[in-house]
Amino acid sequence: MDIKKLTIKEAHELLTKKKMTVMDLVDAVLKEANSANKNLHAYLEIFDDTRAQAEIAQKMIDSGKATLLTGIPLAIKDNILIKGKIASSASKILENYRASYDATVIKKLRNAGAIFIGRANMDEFAMGGSTENSAFGVTKNPHDQTRVPGGSSGGSAVAVAAGMALGALGSDTGGSIRQPASFCGVVGIKPTYGTVSRSGVMAMASSLDQIGSFGKTVEDAEMIFDVIRGYDPMDSTSCPDVMTKIKTKKPKVIGVPVNFVRAKGVDPRVLKNFEASLEKMKKAGYEIREISLPSLDYALSVYYILVPAEVSSNMARFDGMRYGYHANGTNLLEDYGLSRGEGFGREVRRRILLGTYVLSSGYYDAYYGRACALREVLRNDLDKAFKEIDILATPTAPTPAYKIGEKISDPLAMYLADIFTVPVNIAGVPGISIPSGFAEEKGVKLPLGIQFIAPHFSEDTLFKAGKDFEKVRGF
Amino acid sequence: MAIEIKDVEHLAELARITIGDKEKEVLRHDLEGILEYVSKVKEVVPKMSAPTAGKLRNVFREDKEPHEDRMFTEDLLKAAPTREGDRVFVKKIL
Repeated sequence: MDIKKLTIKEAHELLTKKKMTVMDLVDAVLKEANSANKNLHAYLEIFDDTRAQAEIAQKMIDSGKATLLTGIPLAIKDNILIKGKIASSASKILENYRASYDATVIKKLRNAGAIFIGRANMDEFAMGGSTENSAFGVTKNPHDQTRVPGGSSGGSAVAVAAGMALGALGSDTGGSIRQPASFCGVVGIKPTYGTVSRSGVMAMASSLDQIGSFGKTVEDAEMIFDVIRGYDPMDSTSCPDVMTKIKTKKPKVIGVPVNFVRAKGVDPRVLKNFEASLEKMKKAGYEIREISLPSLDYALSVYYILVPAEVSSNMARFDGMRYGYHANGTNLLEDYGLSRGEGFGREVRRRILLGTYVLSSGYYDAYYGRACALREVLRNDLDKAFKEIDILATPTAPTPAYKIGEKISDPLAMYLADIFTVPVNIAGVPGISIPSGFAEEKGVKLPLGIQFIAPHFSEDTLFKAGKDFEKVRGF
Repeated sequence: MAIEIKDVEHLAELARITIGDKEKEVLRHDLEGILEYVSKVKEVVPKMSAPTAGKLRNVFREDKEPHEDRMFTEDLLKAAPTREGDRVFVKKIL
């Protein structure tokens, strides 16, 4: 059994046909996780209760109560609460914080018998695109350890790519699942806003955040999504099942926003691979249609106004009083300033200040107000486009994984790496990244990804198109 | 969009974040660059139809059947850096 190649589907069959025990599988994953983590640093912590979890899962299988995820080892992003475990969001301010309840997604996975292997590293509070903003050290790309794994869910993507888990949970506010999936050569899906409960995930930008899954294949990512989706009264933005569980027809027409895709700064190898991928989809029977979506050009600006604004509000809860890091000053005001100044890392402080600026009186209309209006324009334009196309395709990221340290001192350069993924969150539609090939860099093959985007609640369309693409991509 | 050190200081004060002198200049530079980029939103005046809202529905639980008293008290208080009995301890406000 090659754990780096084993899919969830295959593992499920081996487990239910009694060709392997849950303990065998968990031991194989732990062996890989423990040895690889020294170099890759995908996990902030590997849990010590995996044996007990495996026993429960084995009992489910033995008594015929197995679900598709029973006994399947998963990595969980460190901003998702597991009762009794530390949940730090890779931040010093929550370094010793223990979750007092289970996130809804964790409850659902636990009921399904999944095994939680450990807490996956991330950019602090999911702010970043490289996992370099973790307060506890960077995660490395398994394809080239001098390069970033992407982010913010970098640890989750690496865990799946390197056989340190069979699947993973991440969160995606502007590409934090899809971009690391692309950089690490795995599949990652950001579901429609409101489809997966966010009760128990730490809020970053609440109008954009969504939990999603990673897998080696589209089918694996779909199997996890099917378990975690669904209405939850504990999340006021969760959509009722009658809205989300819709039947979709087989997709036929792929729209390509050509001007947007060929924008400045996109690596020519990425474009070449993207065009070759579209050719393959054409051979698989899809029609490729060039479309114009001029409002996409504003997406990144809209995003970097809305996100800091929401960040500055959400981060206000960290006061050094009720939980988390506390620094002692001479009075209450100093306690606040020092606890937050020392507890938050550089990118978090930067976004809080930026958000405070765009929300302040005198600038509110020019920035936040305008961004909200443009968000509606983008949403309407996409709705219109989806009347004549079934899915939209772009590369997932403008470049393959870049070098560790390359963009860390230039926040704007880092933000530009999100150009293809942020419009999806702004519109609230679902998006998936699927490995589409490689870019050669000094003899090293760096993974590339293609992104498919579908109308609200049409995850099913993405899975259908994604599986078709996997059949024709040629590796 | 010029940002000055005193603007950074004012924002930091509003956000209750103590920032070292060295970092103020870095932040000033970063904020200026980012604000210049996102000012692209000012280029267009979107033609907006009247804002539309979906059908309103209650997303909160009904105000009845509360959970058992003290069910979460200890779990939540355990997380506080300093406590005094069943209260979170903070310095005096006035």
